[in-house]
Amino acid sequence: MLNRQGRPTQAGAASHEDHATFTGNKALQQVEPLIFEIGRTETTGVDIEQPAPFKSRLGSHARQSELGLPGLSEPEAMRHYVRLSQKNYGIDTGLFPLGSCTMKHNARLNEKMARLPGFSDVHPLQPLSTVPGALELMLELARYLMTLTGMPAVALSPKAGAHGEACGMMAIKAAIAAKGEGATRNVVLVPESAHGTNPATAALIGFSVKSVPARPDGTVAVEDVKALLGPDIAAIMLTNPNTCGIFEPQIVEIAAAMHEAGAYFYCDGANFNAIVGKARPGDLGVDAMHINLHKTFSTPHGGGGPGAGPVVLSERLAPFAPVPFIHVEDGKPHLIETRAEAPEGNQPFGRMTAFHGQMGMYVRALAYMLSHGSDGMKQASEDAVLNANYIRAGLADLMSLPFPDHPSMHEALFDDSWLKGTGVSTLDFAKAMIDEGYHPMTVYFPLVVHGAMLIEPTESESKAALDLFIATLRDLAMAAKGNDKERFTGAPHHAPIRRLDETRAARQPVLKWTEAQPVKDAAE
Amino acid sequence: MRYLPLTEADREDMLARIGVSDIDALFSDVPADKLLKAPVDLPRARGELEVERILGRMAGRNTAAASVPFFCGAGAYKHHVPATVDHLIQRSEFLTSYTPYQPEIAQGTLQYLFEFQTQVAALTGMEVANASMYDGSTGTGEAVLMAHRVTRRSKAVLSGGLHPHYVEVVKTLSEMANDEVVALAPDVSASEDILSQIDDQTSCVVVQSPDVFGNLRDLKPIAEKAHAHGALLIAVFTEVVSLGAVVPPGAQDADIVVGEGQSIGNALNFGGPYVGLFAAKSKYIRQMPGRLCGETVDSTGQRGFVLTLSTREQHIRRDKATSNICTNSGLCVLAFTIHMTLLGQAGLTRLAEVNHANAVKLADALAGVKGVSVLNETFFNEFTVKLARPAAEVVEALAQKGILAGVPVSRLLPKAGLDDLLLVASTEVNSDDDRAAFVAALAEVL
Repeated sequence: MLNRQGRPTQAGAASHEDHATFTGNKALQQVEPLIFEIGRTETTGVDIEQPAPFKSRLGSHARQSELGLPGLSEPEAMRHYVRLSQKNYGIDTGLFPLGSCTMKHNARLNEKMARLPGFSDVHPLQPLSTVPGALELMLELARYLMTLTGMPAVALSPKAGAHGEACGMMAIKAAIAAKGEGATRNVVLVPESAHGTNPATAALIGFSVKSVPARPDGTVAVEDVKALLGPDIAAIMLTNPNTCGIFEPQIVEIAAAMHEAGAYFYCDGANFNAIVGKARPGDLGVDAMHINLHKTFSTPHGGGGPGAGPVVLSERLAPFAPVPFIHVEDGKPHLIETRAEAPEGNQPFGRMTAFHGQMGMYVRALAYMLSHGSDGMKQASEDAVLNANYIRAGLADLMSLPFPDHPSMHEALFDDSWLKGTGVSTLDFAKAMIDEGYHPMTVYFPLVVHGAMLIEPTESESKAALDLFIATLRDLAMAAKGNDKERFTGAPHHAPIRRLDETRAARQPVLKWTEAQPVKDAAE
Repeated sequence: MRYLPLTEADREDMLARIGVSDIDALFSDVPADKLLKAPVDLPRARGELEVERILGRMAGRNTAAASVPFFCGAGAYKHHVPATVDHLIQRSEFLTSYTPYQPEIAQGTLQYLFEFQTQVAALTGMEVANASMYDGSTGTGEAVLMAHRVTRRSKAVLSGGLHPHYVEVVKTLSEMANDEVVALAPDVSASEDILSQIDDQTSCVVVQSPDVFGNLRDLKPIAEKAHAHGALLIAVFTEVVSLGAVVPPGAQDADIVVGEGQSIGNALNFGGPYVGLFAAKSKYIRQMPGRLCGETVDSTGQRGFVLTLSTREQHIRRDKATSNICTNSGLCVLAFTIHMTLLGQAGLTRLAEVNHANAVKLADALAGVKGVSVLNETFFNEFTVKLARPAAEVVEALAQKGILAGVPVSRLLPKAGLDDLLLVASTEVNSDDDRAAFVAALAEVL
């Protein structure tokens, strides 16, 4: 069936097994067109009174053309977006074991706090005398982050993890330049197992990238790092715990080797949830580390953002922190917003973003920290690690562990060697999990193992939920090995939509809705 | 602890199943002398009530915009957001979902991203838009880098009307990458000679309209000169509502358009999170940063949406990626899209008209106060006034009287000799009473 845009609208309309319906709907699963197909340009869901006649000051700049944007009345808009929401899987739907992403419970207290008018309805440039509580909140968040990491300074403003990486690497670049080594120290070491953001960030800041090989046990060895060190090396970007879910056993030695060579240690803090309250990056020799507030400290992922990526800094890098920052003098906080105003001893490398960063996320993260307390945060990390190892123990006999010699931290990594000869791929296995009501784990990352499956349950799961998850994966694994391929190759069968043609999307990009050609053209 | 489902008995059972005696056995790769024995020195767990008290007290020390006559702008604007928006973005399936890497169970997110991209393209008058950047300022930095990739040049010319924070963000990125930036002096009256700065080494010209001082700028001659030299025009805006009233940058032949979308759907939040809008001519899509959502079909022919053209991105291209960005402003995008859908062109046009009308009324009223002159010939909902006293002092004095009067230029540009200038914004939230209170208080202070 084609709609009036000439596009097919229904899944399996031709298939009797699907019990095709007249509307294309399947009970609670509703087919939902785009707003451009149901809205009208004369409709609005917002009542605004027309102003009295006045003399325009737009000069020759007044818009002449139509916007061409449809509107919906309030009930239509409500229904449209509620229906869309029902096509999404969230943490509140079920277990969300997406490795490296820390999909933990998002407490609604945090949402409520972020919406207090004293936080949500304050302007970034209103007089500082009218926002002492905002500065207090930022200082308190900074204190928690510095205490948990054992680091002496933090730059709060980066807007997400990758932005935090950029901030940390810029501080390193500025520190190197201040030592007069800017022209020579321009290579950054990045292990093969790193997040893609690490090499991308290094390149963004004008560094070239040299790869550090991974050892067969999934870790980085200090000898391999030392072999690459020289006067051209600016820093290493190392994730710890690493992307294989292993705490780097030689991290202290690696940090020492970097420092001895006059270079810096950037730690990717994406996996901080494994060690909060258990180990402090400052004790390990880290010079800079971003913290994904949207991972470790539970600010909602929101379908891809907004994130927040404060960066903790060592004594050596602290003077180079970007504006804005809060400078406390005589017990009073002063917000330093421009390089020109920086107090003695500070050489800010610049500014990462307009205004002061992700205040709405600061509030949520601090609400999380205040709720958990030092004991709760330690317990949360222990539970996250316990849950990951429990899943690992429950699956190790059926699925293959590439690095069995190290305990997993907060995530368990499997490869696809156990699927060899079954005709089932990692992707097929992941899609079959969707039919079972789970969001798949992270697949094909890290790149250092073949067909990677990275499972991070977080501390938010009960034992019963983990037991059912393990039983489900065991059942799927047995099916894969037992040649029950139908469960995998066409999966997902029960999602709102079947497997999508990603190649077509990339080859003939359609990135916005356009009015369809008249039907007669389509027929010609 | 209310967020942790495991019981002590569960933990013991699980450790036994794993085959270790205690939890620290799982932390055996942590050097023994680095493993903390006791919780760090921070307060212990608290109940909801206690957390609400602590944060409520902090929030209570701040003056909320809605509680006073409020006229601050300079890149962040106080608008009314319909109740529906905040309700919908808190739907669990939106709030607690991840980046839509598994499209079969993320069509909700993907479809609204597709709607968002279409709305942004229409608003800016451009051919394509991405699924958002962190905010307008970081989007501007990315736009400059994109222009460098397109033109294979590395010199950016920044207008003196560009928001000073945006200038700093671009300068910071450029200094790090050893790219050249020519930033023109602050241009209060939109009279700078930017055309003479454009030469055959220029990669891009970055011009904001309405500019940070509120002036509306004619982009077309700049686009023409830029194109004649093989350079790109990057058009910037910080007040997206203006696009309901003014000629869109796409109609003036801009190559890349980037702006702040906070005004639609999103609260002030003391500066973030916001949502960066990013649009371009379609011939440049493969050089665009950030996520793109595209239409496709599933194995039964049903229409669906996926993230696409990801070979530009860091998780595939690593150090050859167009950007290191790894998120978008998902939930802020959703708020924007819902609010924009409620408005439609009829609502947005009306909203823009009311904003402009309120600003005109305020400008006329302030112009009547002794010691005040309005500097703008043209403006949308924000303009610059020159005061007989330093603006920061005046703003502080008015804050004491319960009026948030605007943003002193010296807050953005200290030591620039512009201390007597004040940026004043007026949106639909301002009533006649607000304006009267402002005018009366200002007359007293000056």
